[in-house]
Amino acid sequence: MRLTFREVMLGVRRSPLLSTLSVVTIAFSLFAFGLFGLLVLNVDRALRGVEEHVEIVAFLADGTLPESISAAMGDISAFPEVARVEQVSPEQALARARAELPEFQDVFDASFLPASIEVRLKEGHRDPATVKEVSQRIQTYPFVDDVRYGEDWVKKLYDIRNIAGAAGIGLGLLFAAVAIIIIGTTIRMTVLARSREISIMRLVGATDSFVRRPFLIDGFFKGIIGGLIALLLTWGTSTLVSHNLIQTSFFDTGTAVLGVLGGGVIGLLGSALSVGRHLRRV
Amino acid sequence: MIRFSHVVKEYPRTGLALQDVTFRVNKGEFAFLTGPSGAGKSTILRLVIVEETPTAGEVRVSGIATTGIARAEIPRLRRRIGVVFQDFRLLEDRTAEENVAFALEVTGSPREGIPARVSRLLTQVGLASKGTSYPKELSGGEQQRVAIARALVNDPVLLVADEPTGNLDDRATRGVFQLLRDINAAGTAVLMATHNLELVKRNAYRVIEINRGQLVFDSVEGSSSSGAASSNTIATP
Repeated sequence: MRLTFREVMLGVRRSPLLSTLSVVTIAFSLFAFGLFGLLVLNVDRALRGVEEHVEIVAFLADGTLPESISAAMGDISAFPEVARVEQVSPEQALARARAELPEFQDVFDASFLPASIEVRLKEGHRDPATVKEVSQRIQTYPFVDDVRYGEDWVKKLYDIRNIAGAAGIGLGLLFAAVAIIIIGTTIRMTVLARSREISIMRLVGATDSFVRRPFLIDGFFKGIIGGLIALLLTWGTSTLVSHNLIQTSFFDTGTAVLGVLGGGVIGLLGSALSVGRHLRRV
Repeated sequence: MIRFSHVVKEYPRTGLALQDVTFRVNKGEFAFLTGPSGAGKSTILRLVIVEETPTAGEVRVSGIATTGIARAEIPRLRRRIGVVFQDFRLLEDRTAEENVAFALEVTGSPREGIPARVSRLLTQVGLASKGTSYPKELSGGEQQRVAIARALVNDPVLLVADEPTGNLDDRATRGVFQLLRDINAAGTAVLMATHNLELVKRNAYRVIEINRGQLVFDSVEGSSSSGAASSNTIATP
């Protein structure tokens, strides 16, 4: 192992420019990937924020007994899809309308606004089919006059999320593939620069795994260093955007660590592919 | 030690390199491999060191058939063969000692024993005082001696030399050749490809001549397979 590390250090010392180029290439490939990840993260958070407003409103018939309402609210709270149930009296409805719609300022009587039950659903149950299904279940109470949940709006929102999700996965894979190709090519240059050494190693009887080892370690560490630089650049960009344009969220620590480790793995894979290909040819 | 049985080697782009080549080199034997450029000498050497495998026929080295050999077995076989090239193939950024030690290190020799072994090998090839010199600081003959020391690190039973004196002047050629003879005298079989007909004529070793991919003369057999060649008509480069 000591010999392997000596070979790694020797490789870096012998071609500092190539080593720097490898790290910079890995850093910028991962930076591009990181920026894309940041975009996906923020779009996702924004959509989640909007999604939280998905709400079912059940309007109640006049004269519904409070006990019936309480019993129904208890039932609805127990639905597995339901996160929160809230009763809105005609007075509360009027106060809310006055606050939100100035034209209600002059209305003094709440009697024309029906009482209602507002139902919020849990995350993962806000798709159009579930919302509709829960609405239909609520509609079955005899004292429920009408149920509204903005069917078109929920459907559009859901479509946007689906498109954003698919685009995120597709573009993410594309970015990752491009990063791996670029990193693999850079590492291939390192392998070619040391091809003489590789051929001598093989001639004197070094095993393939022995030849491969220093390159794998080299690729892994370059990937980690590149990943750290990419993380720093992504964080800097995120901070700049937050200060000057719009508030953005940044990756949590776990994701950031995973990203840097991902850099290491890409470096390792790139090295393994390049050395493997080279060894098969010589 | 080396056994070629009806060996054919064909490359997809350049076509037939060897046709029906059969010969054997015995344990402890010294044999010259001669023939013009492109005759197939290097192909034979590549087949011996398992850089290639035959298209047809069989190559056996140290009793092991190279066709179908497991990839993991190749390094083990190569440790029993020393290889020397015309261009020395030394690592320019390492000293003579480091070049020899490198071969020991990469084949997993115990670290403690490496300095003593390197020193012994460099003494054996007459370079005891040049251990800390870099290849650029050494003459061609000295570089080839370092390459030979490196080839000997694993005590090979066979030394394969591809034009080892091709880049050397007469004096260095004599020195390097004497070293190969000494190695052979100590029991290692030597297969040496060469263009140097003077060297071949001056030394009464076995001659295997290749021309256009065919074995045209083998002095052990005492006759030419084509009937046209003899020890006096070895093809000129």
